[in-house]
Amino acid sequence: MSVLLYMIPLALILGLIGLAAFIWSLKSGQYDDLDGAAQRILLNDDDEPPAS
Amino acid sequence: MAEQALSDARDIYRAAVTPDAGIRLSRVIPYVKSDRAGDHTLSLMVDGITCAACIRKIETSLRGLTGVYYVRLNFSTRRLNVSWRGDTGLAETIIDTLTALSYKATPFDPETMARRDEKENSFLLLCLGVAGFAAGNIMLLSFSLWTTDIQTMGVEVRDFLHWVSALIAIPAIAFSGRPFFLSALKALKAGRTNMDVPISVGLILTTGMSLFELAHHGEHAYFDSAVMLMFFLLVGRYLDHIARSKARQAATDLMGMMAGTATVLENGQPRSLLIRDIQPGMMILATAGEYIAVDGQIIEGRTDLDASLVTGESLPVAAGPGDMVMSGTVNLTGPIIIHALRNSEESQVGHMIGLMEKAEASQARYIRIADRAARLYTPVVHTLALIAFLGWVSIGHMPWQDALLIAATVLIITCPCALALAVPIVQVLAVGRLMKQGIMVQSGDVLEKVAGVDTVIFDKTGTLTSGRPVLINSDDIDPKAMQIAASMARYSRHPLSRALASFCAPGTGAIEVEEIPGSGLRASIDGREVRLGRRLWATTLFLPDDMPQAQEIVLGIDGQAPVRFLFRDELRPDARAVIDVLRARGLTLHLLSGDRADIVACMGQALDIASAHGQMTPDDKFRFMEDLHAKGHKIMMVGDGINDAPILAGADVSIAPASGIDIARRAAQVVFTGDRLKPVITVLDMGRLSRTRIRENFIMTIIYNVCAIPLAVAGYVTPLVAALAMSLSSLAVILNAFRLRRAA
Repeated sequence: MSVLLYMIPLALILGLIGLAAFIWSLKSGQYDDLDGAAQRILLNDDDEPPAS
Repeated sequence: MAEQALSDARDIYRAAVTPDAGIRLSRVIPYVKSDRAGDHTLSLMVDGITCAACIRKIETSLRGLTGVYYVRLNFSTRRLNVSWRGDTGLAETIIDTLTALSYKATPFDPETMARRDEKENSFLLLCLGVAGFAAGNIMLLSFSLWTTDIQTMGVEVRDFLHWVSALIAIPAIAFSGRPFFLSALKALKAGRTNMDVPISVGLILTTGMSLFELAHHGEHAYFDSAVMLMFFLLVGRYLDHIARSKARQAATDLMGMMAGTATVLENGQPRSLLIRDIQPGMMILATAGEYIAVDGQIIEGRTDLDASLVTGESLPVAAGPGDMVMSGTVNLTGPIIIHALRNSEESQVGHMIGLMEKAEASQARYIRIADRAARLYTPVVHTLALIAFLGWVSIGHMPWQDALLIAATVLIITCPCALALAVPIVQVLAVGRLMKQGIMVQSGDVLEKVAGVDTVIFDKTGTLTSGRPVLINSDDIDPKAMQIAASMARYSRHPLSRALASFCAPGTGAIEVEEIPGSGLRASIDGREVRLGRRLWATTLFLPDDMPQAQEIVLGIDGQAPVRFLFRDELRPDARAVIDVLRARGLTLHLLSGDRADIVACMGQALDIASAHGQMTPDDKFRFMEDLHAKGHKIMMVGDGINDAPILAGADVSIAPASGIDIARRAAQVVFTGDRLKPVITVLDMGRLSRTRIRENFIMTIIYNVCAIPLAVAGYVTPLVAALAMSLSSLAVILNAFRLRRAA
């Protein structure tokens, strides 16, 4: 059963990485414009200058 | 082709604004946020965005402006953020560019309610994420607990797994449970209960009981059930929030529109002033295309005014010195100077806002189905739990700790997980379906109310009719005269001119056109004077007068016979069919209009609507609705004019065509696109259908509870059963709601 001592923290760390990624994506505004993303996929990137 | 349309639009726009450019003061610059490094940012609300091409058109043309380094259009919220370096005055160019592309842009202050709404949205998402993480990981541990018996595992390992679960669950519940805890606390403080009270009690009790069990090396801990429950409830809450947030956004838009500025003349010098600071006695300059800020009297200048605020009719009336003007009317053709007689609050628009606020206050009294269910549900469930506890202690002679555990289980398993999902999931799906058919619903509640509607009130112009005058005698007109008239009409904003301009052949060269406010257009073509406008002004020759119902403009060319152009506002193609269907369904129909009484009566007869009233002011309409309300009728209002705004805001359900004026669209709960009136029926159908689904969901939830409560009271519910039962009931509710997608 000592394997649990490695596996449970490992599972938790993996889960936390996922959670951190989600929080990052939330904070960087990736959920702000869900409809826009669906529309923007129809645009060609190459006829627009980069939006830096 | 897009390029061509763009430059055409620019030409027309320049022709329209240039004469006034010198005296135009900035209404945008106060909204520009600047930092020390000389970077400026502007947030705009943009109207008229429909597809990907709009995003590209707006973003690329703004990026083409010098100094602009960031442009981003948020398609969901219709908001545009622009940042640039250099002159603040570029803000004007940005608005002009958007106007030339025929989008309407209104600056807004980003620190408003809409912002709070977005924060709430991302807060819920964050809670949902944390709850999802916790639920997943605890299930991982619970699975091993459920599949292994105590002989194989040993008490130490079981306790260890329970402790790890507790370690994940407690912070997760403390973090993600906040939406429920805060709302429950607020309700309790106000002496009410809502859905969140049993949820909060359930969550806290479950966690507390599980900790108690854990401390005594107990067999069962309910951390998994609690976190699962919270996760599902948050899904419901998030869906609910999405369905609702659009309605709130509309309210903030309206407030923003009223907070504009006007140009005031002081000692002959123009100055920008906030509309609410305007005092009676001030001189106000209104250029072509502007809203009149306050009620007053014209001192100088002639123009055509769009008085749709008062009558709902979009055909302009001519006005000159001495005439009274109302706030909210649009100055169409020439600059005028107005002597203000009232401040903004007492003016027409302020009065309308007052009516709308009154209407919205009565809307707030509506109680949602879900809350009504919660009011019944909460006391019943809590009483049952108490009976279970007392029963086991007194009759079953059980130790009080075990009895308390059973009582807690009753609360957990009955926790309104499916109930909290039952309404929002149906509403979100129904709203999504309608949106695909070009019908925008601003809040899910509307669908609840639609099902009870028994009276429908229609506005005339723009609602039953298309609201655009259409040329009805185009076959009788010489193509050459048509071409001349159409090429001149391009330069005017008058609705009749616009109808005519569509006949202009592509590639027609620019001509010099002068707009004489109140009379018409004048141009010089091939050395001859050409006039297009009112008959007495355009020609001195005799013309027959055989179509009193139609509107006319006359083209007069020196030395040639005058040509009449006749226009009429036609009924929407399916108006008659829709009216017939509504009547067949037993709904009472009314027709209210600000137009002449005889025209309205004539249309009422044509459509077989007995109750047709003309010459109604916004006040009359509002009172008419209040009377019906007082008689206990549930009203659906279909209207498009600014004069319909109060009644749209006050009716149980309100529908506006997308062609309607901004304020009407914002006051309405449902907005539909297209030329047809059929969406009115579609909305009614969808309302009935979603009410059926919601009822089915409630029935399923009740059946589930009827089965689960006896088991829980009898003490047979283990954590495995609790988790399974709750997930399955939520799943059943979701699947039932998805049947909505296949129907209709």
